[in-house]
Amino acid sequence: MKVHEYQAKAILRDRGVSVPRGVACFSVDDALNAAQELGGDCWVVKAQIHAGGRGKGGGVKVVGSIEEVKKVANQLLGMRLVTHQTNADGQEVKRLLVEEGVGIDRELYLGLVIDRATQKVVIMASAEGGTEIEEVAATTPDKIFKLFVDPGQGIDDADVSALLERVGLAGDHVEQGVLFVKALYMAFWDTDASLAEINPLVVTTNDKIIALDAKFNFDDNALFRHPDVVAMRDTDEEDPAELEASAVGLNYISLDGNIGCLVNGAGLAMATMDIIKLYGGDPANFLDVGGGATAEQVTEAFKIMLRNPDLKAILVNIFGGIMRCDVVAEGLVQAAGVVKLSIPLVVRLEGTNVEKGREILEKAGLDMVTATTMNDAAQKAVAAAQG
Amino acid sequence: MAILINGNSRVITQGITGKTGQFHTQNCVAYANGKKAFVAGVTPGKGGQTVEGIPVFDSVVEAKRETAADVSVIYVPPPFAAAAIDEAVDAGIKTIICITEGVPVKDMIITRHKMRDSGAVLVGPNCPGVITPGELKIGIMPGYIHTPGRIGVVSRSGTLTYEVVDQLTKLGMGQSSCVGIGGDPVNGLKHLDVMRMFNDDPETDAVVMCGEIGGSDEEECAEWISQNMTKPVAAFIAGVTAPPGKRMGHAGAIIAGGRGTAEDKIKALEQAGVNVTANPAEIGLALRQAMKLD
Repeated sequence: MKVHEYQAKAILRDRGVSVPRGVACFSVDDALNAAQELGGDCWVVKAQIHAGGRGKGGGVKVVGSIEEVKKVANQLLGMRLVTHQTNADGQEVKRLLVEEGVGIDRELYLGLVIDRATQKVVIMASAEGGTEIEEVAATTPDKIFKLFVDPGQGIDDADVSALLERVGLAGDHVEQGVLFVKALYMAFWDTDASLAEINPLVVTTNDKIIALDAKFNFDDNALFRHPDVVAMRDTDEEDPAELEASAVGLNYISLDGNIGCLVNGAGLAMATMDIIKLYGGDPANFLDVGGGATAEQVTEAFKIMLRNPDLKAILVNIFGGIMRCDVVAEGLVQAAGVVKLSIPLVVRLEGTNVEKGREILEKAGLDMVTATTMNDAAQKAVAAAQG
Repeated sequence: MAILINGNSRVITQGITGKTGQFHTQNCVAYANGKKAFVAGVTPGKGGQTVEGIPVFDSVVEAKRETAADVSVIYVPPPFAAAAIDEAVDAGIKTIICITEGVPVKDMIITRHKMRDSGAVLVGPNCPGVITPGELKIGIMPGYIHTPGRIGVVSRSGTLTYEVVDQLTKLGMGQSSCVGIGGDPVNGLKHLDVMRMFNDDPETDAVVMCGEIGGSDEEECAEWISQNMTKPVAAFIAGVTAPPGKRMGHAGAIIAGGRGTAEDKIKALEQAGVNVTANPAEIGLALRQAMKLD
């Protein structure tokens, strides 16, 4: 699960990590009040969407007067912000973060993720803050320094000092930095985060170490023990189809193609997308119905897929294990009765009770194309989509 | 012999009184030597009961002491699954298979750290389990699609593994063991570990590997294969069409920061001499090619 920058900063502030003073705003009036409350003569108005690259997309403005705060807040609220991480339509800005301006002396990068190979939290630091860290990682990976935290021993002051010295901090900045990194690590660990990124981490002109930006993602599997994090969920930021699917226990991801896929199991679902592409088609979605695939789920899945105006065909690929093909077939028949399918449906069933399943489909006399192997199914679906 | 489990294994089901644990234990007992192999169940507070004639104990320690079990399979709900693994490790069980999906990553980091020097082997979590066809099935895979033979299968996925096994069986190639290592980012055995076991197993002639996007397990396995593997390997990597930054069902199946792409994995495996097919319907054929049978 993702949260907004202002929410990530609230989590950090609560745990003693230095962040600029700021206020979340939902209207122009909010922004004006926030700027007045913060005082000073320089503010930063930041569009709050989950996607990265907001600065480059024009979603972050530094302003020097209350009038300008009003003007910029007016501009940003309601605009569709396009960044390299959004689609071409962009994401509507509904929330702003108004912060005190901070004098920047130096920008660094700090990131925490789970390292799968060592099965530890890894803290990554670079002197190349502010820019796209993916770019630094790709072009000059030697400029990123890493500290792996032993889950038994926890984080060690001397190790953090050494890491910070490597990215060019010295003296009091290192001391402040150690406190900063330790508090950040604890925030990451305590909240079951899967990613924390402070980009940039800045040394201010008055020698403070502070998180100018903050990004936090959380482990979905651990949300059950973090109701405070769950409360931060902003469903406006999520794909409506994906949201609807997750409500009925389906795992759905929208893609750009025109062949809908309904598959059981994540690996087979990916493989089904891949084979569609291999035969010259384009998958419209990833959809894993999991181990259940009840008639209700199949019906909902069809409805969600059919809401895509570009959809030209649907491919159902089920390998029945514990889930029996006859049950899936009955689900398909029921779903087809509820949802009026106006596009070709290709069905491939294999596995437990496959003969019974195929028989049920035949008897129902549904307007569908049956397939035996994955090759057969993919070729038929691609042909159907090309009409 | 095959790898990890065989007809002589003695198995505990942790979470046997739950709906899932009970259902799958029934199916496993009905397969090959299952009746003899499944010797105990564990559910705290339910000691003294029986499930399918299998005695239930309050703890793994007790179950192991009474039945001399050496393998444990876990169906405990996600919030308690890591603790169940810890309990099995502490009781001295050396082969632990965790089926549970949805275990918090932090729990797994702590558990993996704690078991580091225990000598215990963990398969999963979030996996279909392990089967040695004709001998023993421990997990949720449909037993009947398998056939005894000399091909090893290792995979991060469930149903995709069934698809591959079905292809192999239909091509007349039976399996020595099939190991689902699971789709989570922090887990037990990795492709490399299982590949090493198959390479050392005198009853395995060749290996099929199914990988997917995310992490670098496949690349590390490829590196090992290029230096050490003496048997033919065929592979398929799922997720060539998966967009970056999206979690494709499995918690571990995500392309993050430009890393973990299918292209990188395919390239690494091809360089290691693995016959990688882009077609998931032809993984069995790819293995025949690798074995120079076609």
